[in-house]
Amino acid sequence: MDTFTSLSYLVSAVCFIMALRGLSSPETARQGVVFGMAGMALAIVTTLMSDTVEGIMLPLFGIAIGGVIGATIAKKIDMRDLPQLMAGFHSLVGLAAVFVAMAAFFNPEAYGIGTVGNIKVGSLIEMGLGAAIGAITFTGSIIAFGKLQGMISGKPVVFNGQHKLNAALGAAMLLLIFIFCGTQSTFVLLLLIAVALALGILLIIPIGGADMPVIVSMLNSYSGWAAAGIGFTLENTLLIITGALVGASGAILSYIMCKGMNRSFMNVILGGFGSDEAGANPADAAGDRPVKIGSADDAGFIMKNASSVIIIPGYGMAVAQAQHAVREMADILKAEGITVRYAIHPVAGRMPGHMNVLLAEANVPYDEVLELEDINRDFSQTDVAFVIGANDITNPAAKTDPQSPIFGMPVLDVEKAKTVLFVKRSLGTGYAGVDNPLFFNENTMMLLGDAKQMAENIIKAME
Amino acid sequence: MSSDTTPLPQDPATLAEQIQEQSNKLSELLQASTDAIANSMSAGGDHGFFMTGLTIFVLACFVGYYVVWKVTPALHSPLMGITNAISSVIIVGAILAAGPQDGGMAKLLGFLAITLASVNIFGGFIITRRMLSMFKKKDA
Repeated sequence: MDTFTSLSYLVSAVCFIMALRGLSSPETARQGVVFGMAGMALAIVTTLMSDTVEGIMLPLFGIAIGGVIGATIAKKIDMRDLPQLMAGFHSLVGLAAVFVAMAAFFNPEAYGIGTVGNIKVGSLIEMGLGAAIGAITFTGSIIAFGKLQGMISGKPVVFNGQHKLNAALGAAMLLLIFIFCGTQSTFVLLLLIAVALALGILLIIPIGGADMPVIVSMLNSYSGWAAAGIGFTLENTLLIITGALVGASGAILSYIMCKGMNRSFMNVILGGFGSDEAGANPADAAGDRPVKIGSADDAGFIMKNASSVIIIPGYGMAVAQAQHAVREMADILKAEGITVRYAIHPVAGRMPGHMNVLLAEANVPYDEVLELEDINRDFSQTDVAFVIGANDITNPAAKTDPQSPIFGMPVLDVEKAKTVLFVKRSLGTGYAGVDNPLFFNENTMMLLGDAKQMAENIIKAME
Repeated sequence: MSSDTTPLPQDPATLAEQIQEQSNKLSELLQASTDAIANSMSAGGDHGFFMTGLTIFVLACFVGYYVVWKVTPALHSPLMGITNAISSVIIVGAILAAGPQDGGMAKLLGFLAITLASVNIFGGFIITRRMLSMFKKKDA
């Protein structure tokens, strides 16, 4: 690699770091994206200009096709479908990594890593790893996409010997990489990719819908590691740096999501959560304990007479597309001089930051939207906690009941507010299949119905 | 390895013989791999790039770690969008594969990878911009 190319790649890498740096605040974020785009443009132009690239028409044609497809999807997509869009995008990076690894195997001269049948062993190991991680990312993301889109059941798929099978496939992968280094056989490479594709499917099917924030982050991380692996193969520093940045980013997001559920990463990966407990007693969850059920008029009256309201959105709000109605409701309250804020739990929704984007879409100013640790102690001085489409993240059993599967999970202390208004479709349990004692509290009023419908009815009641 | 698909014979003696035969084949294969790896390591001795690459990789992981912890939780979705876009820098490798005049299979694979990565680059940056354009301050 000549000095000019190396230098351009270095500038690109710095641009990518600046892009991530920009996201530290919403004010600098847009500038960060510009850095990212500049870095990418520089990397592509530099590569097109390198000596080994003889015809640039074919690459440009590919970029044009892909660019039009990508731009169309990104412009048309409904914000509600964001989590599955991310999963879909991750699958493409994975598949691209597989293709590049295979291309390097068929034409190693293009990258200066040897000749066909005589590739350096180091490059073969990296090639094998890059292809395997890419293949796992590809099928894993497709399954995640299917679950988020509702094409595949969001319920965990569990069968006997599942973990043993996965472990065996993992071991088989390592063995195949080893044999691949010795034989340099095309068949072994294809077999390796096939095993990795199967493993990607098997790893994700036992994981339930609400654990998807972890999975989407994890696949994000994998797509980075795959890029870094290919970077080692091609001896390309830009790919290594960028892959490491993306890998680290996805890993941190996975960690934050796991911490938000007080579960270890392994526990999420092994899957099956919410399947066994859920069957216990969802129907008679209400039991014979008294539940206070209110109407939209009651809710409107209570909120109008409050001086401070905290709204706690969850996945239910996203499903019902209630964010616009909720913001309208908040506007009416604010016009009455009532303080309205939003409390976001780290794992609310189906991807990291999901609720923040939905609220932003509904024109909620971001300085009214607060994270768990910033708002949790304010509930005791709050008149109304308005929970909409969220259940497990507000369940006080996580603090009091050591038998509860979600015990130890950080939750929003909504029960400390003077009144809790809880919008929910039914009195059933949440994702974790756990009874929520909040429903039976003295100061809780259940508002049963669709989140959007309920918010609209409350608006009508208040007007 | 291909023995997985052939039907098992009923006779235990034949079965044992076949297993023995297959395991011999496998151990030969493993021995060949070990030899090949050992040979190339002693012959090549060129681990210059791997160590450089590893150094860069580890340092970049640390940079990523510190930069990403600084990202505000409200922007975690845009973070995923942007990392998704930049991880498609793998397009660089794809262009190099599609570049040569006589690439054959590698050229085709490179072209497909370019197309896939481009969907991601354009899609990732545009969706990130769309998300960020919605984040507004009070009365702004």
